[in-house]
Amino acid sequence: MGMQRSLPAERILGRGHPRVDAREILTKYGTVIALLLLVVVASFASPRFLSPVNLMNVLRQTAIVGVLGIGMTFVILTAGIDLSVGATLALSAVLLAGTLDATGNIWLAMAAALLVGAFVGLANGLGVTLGRVQPFVMTLGMLGIARSLAFLYTKGEPIPVLEMDFLKLGIGYLWRIPVPSIVFLALLAVAAFALHYTRFGRSVYAVGSNEEAARLSGISVGRDKVLVYVISGLTAAAGAILYTAQFAAAPAIAGEGYELDAIAAVVVGGTSLFGGQGGVVGTFIGALIIGILSNALNLMGVSPFAQPLAKGALIILAVLLVGRGRRS
Amino acid sequence: MGENQPVLEVQAITRRYPGVTAVDGVDLALFAGEVHALLGENGAGKSTLIKMIGGALRRDGGRILLHGQEVDFRSPADALAAGIAVIYQELVLCPHLSVAENVLMGHLPQTPTMAVDWPTTRRLVATLLDQLGVTLPLEVPVARLSTAQQQMVEIAKALSRDSRVLVLDEPSAALGRRDLEHLFAVIRRLRERGVAIVYISHRLEEVFEIADRVTVLKDGALVGAWPIADVTMHGLVRAMTGRDLGMLAAPETTVGQPLKLEVRRLGRRGVFADVSLRLHAGDVVGIAGLVGSGRTEVLRAIFGADQPDAGEVLVDGEPVRFRSPAQALRHGLGLLPEDRKTQGLLLGRALRENLSLASLGRFSRFGLLQLGEEERAVRGFIQSLNIATRGPSQSVVTLSGGNQQKVVLARWLARRCRILLFDEPTRGVDVGAKEEIYRLIHELAEQGAAILVVSSELKELFAICQRIHVMREGRLVGEYAGESLREDRVAEAMLIGGASDGDAAVVAG
Repeated sequence: MGMQRSLPAERILGRGHPRVDAREILTKYGTVIALLLLVVVASFASPRFLSPVNLMNVLRQTAIVGVLGIGMTFVILTAGIDLSVGATLALSAVLLAGTLDATGNIWLAMAAALLVGAFVGLANGLGVTLGRVQPFVMTLGMLGIARSLAFLYTKGEPIPVLEMDFLKLGIGYLWRIPVPSIVFLALLAVAAFALHYTRFGRSVYAVGSNEEAARLSGISVGRDKVLVYVISGLTAAAGAILYTAQFAAAPAIAGEGYELDAIAAVVVGGTSLFGGQGGVVGTFIGALIIGILSNALNLMGVSPFAQPLAKGALIILAVLLVGRGRRS
Repeated sequence: MGENQPVLEVQAITRRYPGVTAVDGVDLALFAGEVHALLGENGAGKSTLIKMIGGALRRDGGRILLHGQEVDFRSPADALAAGIAVIYQELVLCPHLSVAENVLMGHLPQTPTMAVDWPTTRRLVATLLDQLGVTLPLEVPVARLSTAQQQMVEIAKALSRDSRVLVLDEPSAALGRRDLEHLFAVIRRLRERGVAIVYISHRLEEVFEIADRVTVLKDGALVGAWPIADVTMHGLVRAMTGRDLGMLAAPETTVGQPLKLEVRRLGRRGVFADVSLRLHAGDVVGIAGLVGSGRTEVLRAIFGADQPDAGEVLVDGEPVRFRSPAQALRHGLGLLPEDRKTQGLLLGRALRENLSLASLGRFSRFGLLQLGEEERAVRGFIQSLNIATRGPSQSVVTLSGGNQQKVVLARWLARRCRILLFDEPTRGVDVGAKEEIYRLIHELAEQGAAILVVSSELKELFAICQRIHVMREGRLVGEYAGESLREDRVAEAMLIGGASDGDAAVVAG
């Protein structure tokens, strides 16, 4: 129960005495606060953390999972999930490397990667909409299929990539910033714009918030759902390009488990798994939080066996904090 | 009743939200064996008040006394344990579990091996239902029951906890007349057993039928509490709204206007059959019928939300076949769905997004949203429909029911639909907002829209329609207009199947 009909305007608008609600602040800026806290703690824990070289490292390492997280955000905003992004990355990567090996044409190779990503996304989207398979199940199946295809294509041997012009995409710098980070930020800007300033973005939120209401209001729910999975496939392919360029090889195990990191980035960034709430800016912060945490744990020499524990605890904590604020 | 101690007493209870005091120092006394109506417009504070009584919301001030002892409920479970059960409008049953399991949810009898003791469960539930005078199949999942039956499960559930106070939040909103009679019979039984009942409803006739006393809230404050014998219908309306309710004149007939929508022998297997309707520009036509008679399904089939499998629909004389609501929209149709929470609103989203949802084409160029244009249009509707809100970015979940309904209505106004299908346009809406919605429907018709209205409230249809079809068991059983448009006839047709041939059935237009 909120506003009332015949209240004086001042009472309705709360004019004159803006109330500062701690809970509201926590909901809105909780992830930013968490990020800042983490930076402060990390810089105390390791003097090397704040060095420019290290910060650039963090940015570079965040880029791939962050790019996957962008597509994942679209999917999760519609109350879906895409478990296949890591496997799609691998399939795109091996086909990219294979095409590059066969033709020597960088552009053709990248186009092949993006095409494969879009195709996998299209299959996911059609399965979810026309086939009415639950997103979890559909993309879980696709995870197996795509990963297996990647193994069959490479016969288990990583395909090396030696084209120097291409590798610059992974290890180069532009304006002293790692190229993958620039790609990440550019895609992020495009995605944020699409979500907030386009008709399609509005529909994505509407579909995730109340699918039936959206349908009855003339939104083409099926088309929009297919599109979000295609976007997720495309960002997985973009991730494949960055991956291959960074590691100079395309193994079939590329991107294993990345889907979980991408989902974690989205969720830590405050996007609701129930759809309709959140956005890519949150995912950016979420990806940074996860990236910084891994980096800080490495710098502090924490055993790799213990690192997933810290990550897992952080994810739960972040969701607890954000959820606490949002619930009432 | 009267002189003895109240079962439950609420003193100066208060609840504040940022920017608004939802309940402001309200007193309420409930006695054993009385039905106490709680009235007020949407946003008057009724829901907040009962949530505090039921332990679902903490209070910011005031006291709650149960049998003279001060109590402090931290959760609905606390309140339930103390004998206070609140049955909210949205029922909270487990749809896939059986009636018996739902009734005894949380305290199912167990055998010594911790398994559920089914014989005892069945016996207990059968006894409870018997006390209510209700027969329900014990083994059937509640999802398969009607809303009215599910409500009985909720009441039985409350009774199983030996509740002394039972709060019913708009129990009649989703009920047809016959189910309502049944509900009243159950309420009377409970009253005889000494249960104190709080009854919330927007339908004043019901209040006079069932209540012993009435408390009225307005803008979060107490207006007064009276024995029902001391108040009149007009007096209550004035207490709730602070003004008198004007009677609306019946709209002009629309002979000679172009035919906008024609439905010929439309059918959907197992749901409805042989439905024919004609709507001219300026028409407001009603479909009366009990819940479950197929009214909603007809609207959905016309709109393309479900696919009909017989008959045809013509818009402006052209045959159309809508495979999705999106196509219906392109032909100028709009559907205001029956349940705004599950089918109408994007609850977590801003008012702005809710309002412009069906008109995104109008507010965008080449796929880019024109936010300034949208903002201006939204502000215009907030003003013209008198929507009480902090502004376009307020989340609709925090609006009152009446204001939410106005937002969903405005969605179709923004779309400039010429054929409007309204399913229960004022369900759960307070008297004042109701009147505004009626006025709006009149204006739309005057501007040449063709409007088809489905409603459970005959009074509503009579206030706004020139023509009323009656639907019963999936078929139109009568059409009433002009001379034959009488409430007794329509009600009779709804309940027992209507006019014999050539009697009241009128072909209008």
